Amino acid sequence: MAKATAARVTYEPVIGLEVHAQIRTKSKMFCGCSADYFDAPPNTHVCPVCLGLPGVLPVINQAAVEATLMTALALNCEIPEACKFDRKNYFYPDLMKGYQISQYDLPFSRNGWLTIEVDGQTRRIGIERVHLEEDTARLLHRTDAHGRAYSLVDVNRSGVPLLEIVSKPDLRSAAEARAYLVKLHAILQALGISSGHLEEGAFRCDANISLRPVGSTEFGTKTEIKNMNSFRAVYRALEYEIARQTAILEEGGQIVQETRGWVDDRGITVPQRSKEFAHDYRYFPEPDLPPVFISREWVAQLRARLPELPDARRERYQREYGLSAYDAGQLAGSHAIAQFFERTVALYPKPKVVANWVQGELFRLLKDRETLDLSDLRLTPEHLAELLTLVDRGVLSLALARQVFEEAFVTGERPEAIVQARGLAQISDTAELERVVDEVLATNPRPVADYRAGKEAALSFLMGQVMKATRGKANPSVVAELLRARLRTD
Amino acid sequence: MDLTQLTLLEARALLRAREISAVELTDAYLARIAALEPRLRAFVTVTADLARLQARAADVRLAAGEEAPLLGLPLALKDILCTAGVRTTCSSRILENFVPPYDAAVVERLRAAGAVVLGKTNLDEFAMGSSTENSAFFPTRNPWDLARVPGGSSGGSAAAVAAGEAPAALGTDTGGSIRQPAALCGIVGLKPTYGRVSRYGLVAFASSLDQIGPMARTAADCALLLGVIAGHDPRDATALPDPVPDYLAELEGDLRGLRVGVPREYFAAGLEPGVEAAVRAAIAQLAALGASVDEVSLPHTEYGVAAYYLIAPAEASANLARYDGVKYGYSVAAPTLLDSYFRTRAEGFGPEVKRRIMLGTYALSAGYYDAYYLKAQKVRTLIKSDFDRAFERFDVLATPTSPTVAFRLGERVADPLAMYLSDVCTIPVNLAGLPGVSVPCGFVDGLPVGLQLIGPPLSEGRLLRVAHCYQQATDWHRRTPPLDEGG
Repeated sequence: MAKATAARVTYEPVIGLEVHAQIRTKSKMFCGCSADYFDAPPNTHVCPVCLGLPGVLPVINQAAVEATLMTALALNCEIPEACKFDRKNYFYPDLMKGYQISQYDLPFSRNGWLTIEVDGQTRRIGIERVHLEEDTARLLHRTDAHGRAYSLVDVNRSGVPLLEIVSKPDLRSAAEARAYLVKLHAILQALGISSGHLEEGAFRCDANISLRPVGSTEFGTKTEIKNMNSFRAVYRALEYEIARQTAILEEGGQIVQETRGWVDDRGITVPQRSKEFAHDYRYFPEPDLPPVFISREWVAQLRARLPELPDARRERYQREYGLSAYDAGQLAGSHAIAQFFERTVALYPKPKVVANWVQGELFRLLKDRETLDLSDLRLTPEHLAELLTLVDRGVLSLALARQVFEEAFVTGERPEAIVQARGLAQISDTAELERVVDEVLATNPRPVADYRAGKEAALSFLMGQVMKATRGKANPSVVAELLRARLRTD
Repeated sequence: MDLTQLTLLEARALLRAREISAVELTDAYLARIAALEPRLRAFVTVTADLARLQARAADVRLAAGEEAPLLGLPLALKDILCTAGVRTTCSSRILENFVPPYDAAVVERLRAAGAVVLGKTNLDEFAMGSSTENSAFFPTRNPWDLARVPGGSSGGSAAAVAAGEAPAALGTDTGGSIRQPAALCGIVGLKPTYGRVSRYGLVAFASSLDQIGPMARTAADCALLLGVIAGHDPRDATALPDPVPDYLAELEGDLRGLRVGVPREYFAAGLEPGVEAAVRAAIAQLAALGASVDEVSLPHTEYGVAAYYLIAPAEASANLARYDGVKYGYSVAAPTLLDSYFRTRAEGFGPEVKRRIMLGTYALSAGYYDAYYLKAQKVRTLIKSDFDRAFERFDVLATPTSPTVAFRLGERVADPLAMYLSDVCTIPVNLAGLPGVSVPCGFVDGLPVGLQLIGPPLSEGRLLRVAHCYQQATDWHRRTPPLDEGG
């Protein structure tokens, strides 16, 4: 009998992500209704077409096709010459026609990639396909006064153009998955294609995840994870799912192939009831829309129109601003951050100083935000530039500047106004500081004696007492000079 | 003068000459509708008030000297074309009380051209059928013999025109639904090239096959109507951008030099001898008018019906998915969503519609798609190539429209396959996206026979000219059904 090996198997996660991103076109995918419905009352951005009334027909929104092709190019995809739309059939009240117009076997693009960097390692992650489809209506589930459940349908979202971006199963950790999403998000933002509001559902992500023994090339049984409403949620859900699946496998159990929903407040995934009654979508070519032929000239024109993408931006930051690869990557990795950084540098042309503030103070304050969207940020590049000028002029110490930065971040007030209102300007006036120093020396005879006995450390204590008495406003170098002078002469 | 015996063009001349008013004309048809409907039942909805309103408006415009192409001319619309504010039922329980908030593209064009809408005509539920017996409300009768069907699915439109309840009507044709009832009721019916007429507002049965077309007593009237309803529409991505010719002008000319092909596969088993005799006589008449006639083979004809009954139901299974009781139409409240779906659709759809939804769902299912839907699409390509080759040698093809004359009500109800074979001569034309016209060419035992003329894409002008020349030389279309003989 062979000796049983007690060695534990180490498992490797295999993760693929499916991202749905709404395209910010003026009108919807197949009708003239405005696609900008976020603040609109329910069922006001609707017409016979997106309501799926009898007899209506879809017409392709050319701008949405262009956005899809631009995305495909930015993700290094192949774009075939002949593409088509298909009907994906299923019954659900969020689907006005009983089918979704999507793309099945001839999507607008295939076989692309993007690069991510995690722990100093750069990896290329494959993109399976980028295709175009229509969003569904939104269901709002309610309970009436008698405890009976009912649902409301808001058709505003129905027919909004939706990109589907499917990665290959190339991701190996929750951190890689998050890096992939951040990068993809930044690319879409750079293209100006997606608003990227996760909480409004404009950028949504589902994950497929399985485990396999390290070294294996087979795929294990996967689960599909839904309901993740932030990048943090994706990270946490995948970490949870890796732990859950590992535990099952280590106990000799089997993973059930199923769809699981992330429950954010409980920090777990739970099996989800499938919303489709059958999983056979019966795809067939959409007969209401002729095939779309994409000429190579069109592709070339679109390629020429591509804006600077995050990777190129990062290289430029290194080249033009002399930033390290790491710093450049941090700043270029998010479109909103990059814009904030560049606008600040335009007003205050010391890129390294700005980079330090963005990566230090701004990132610290943004750490707990669930979104990468900075459009509601109260602190502006103008604020930061003004703040840094105040530091340069000696009006603010670095410590005070951090306080002002935080206050500007919270209130949106101009740094100069904050300094004025709170009387925060640094005290460099010798006469005023002399009075404070004398007071401190008088009330602290022990440390004074210690210093004179040769204990240098006592000086820091006395400094601290002066700073405390001036609530941090004293100019530290002036205080140090005054203290030394007094301690010598007395 | 019996105003209900006028053709559209005759009526238009009298209106423009101010010899009759639009109100008089409309009232004459409304009176005939009132007199005949209890026996005929061609209409689901008669819009008498709306029609009088439109007629009065037309009279004002006529008095001002306006010459919109259909100004003051009454028409009937198949009840599958959406009409703003007028219920559009598709002769189905599920849409029995559905009032569209918008007009179909063709209805917009008719209104803009000054037409008066008499009402909405009966059909086989969702245009699925060949006898109008599949209407959820009531069957329509054939004016030539009230015990017989008018054909279908545009049986209401065909019967109304044949009976003089309307001078012309619009129908829709997915597998023969304009031409077959036109043949069985003894009128002219044209199915245009796929894409010639916008489908926007036509409640979809099979999107890649559906096409709207005119039905009238004469080819010339069909030319007048087609000129109004044809043309590009940015709301229909399958609508053709080609300019619309002056179809009335294209009626001019004779048949000398016209090359007529006679596909031998259309004169096969199941063709009634009387029908064959009438059709062959009509082809001889075309020759007598100067056409050359020769036989041709369309070898894949026999697979047409089978391919059609995979493709059309497949598309229908998706097109009819929206009738789920959630948003509009018939709806059954139930404890669960699934129960509500099941009961709404079980009670809302009739048996033929359910049969086709099941056929189509099956044909598209995983594991069957390649064997059924995809194979049928390949057959469709072969059928189209048959026609392409034939049109290298011929200008038009001449066939029977229907292998039989009108059959008795109930005769084929229990035998769907026999019913499906009613369209054996018309289905290949839809599969190939070609234009086809049926023109009256004789009678068998007092029942009309139709000659079908098929042309290459966008040859409607040519088809109408051939039909017009034939009608100039014959008088089948001048005969009227025996409805007023004390029936």
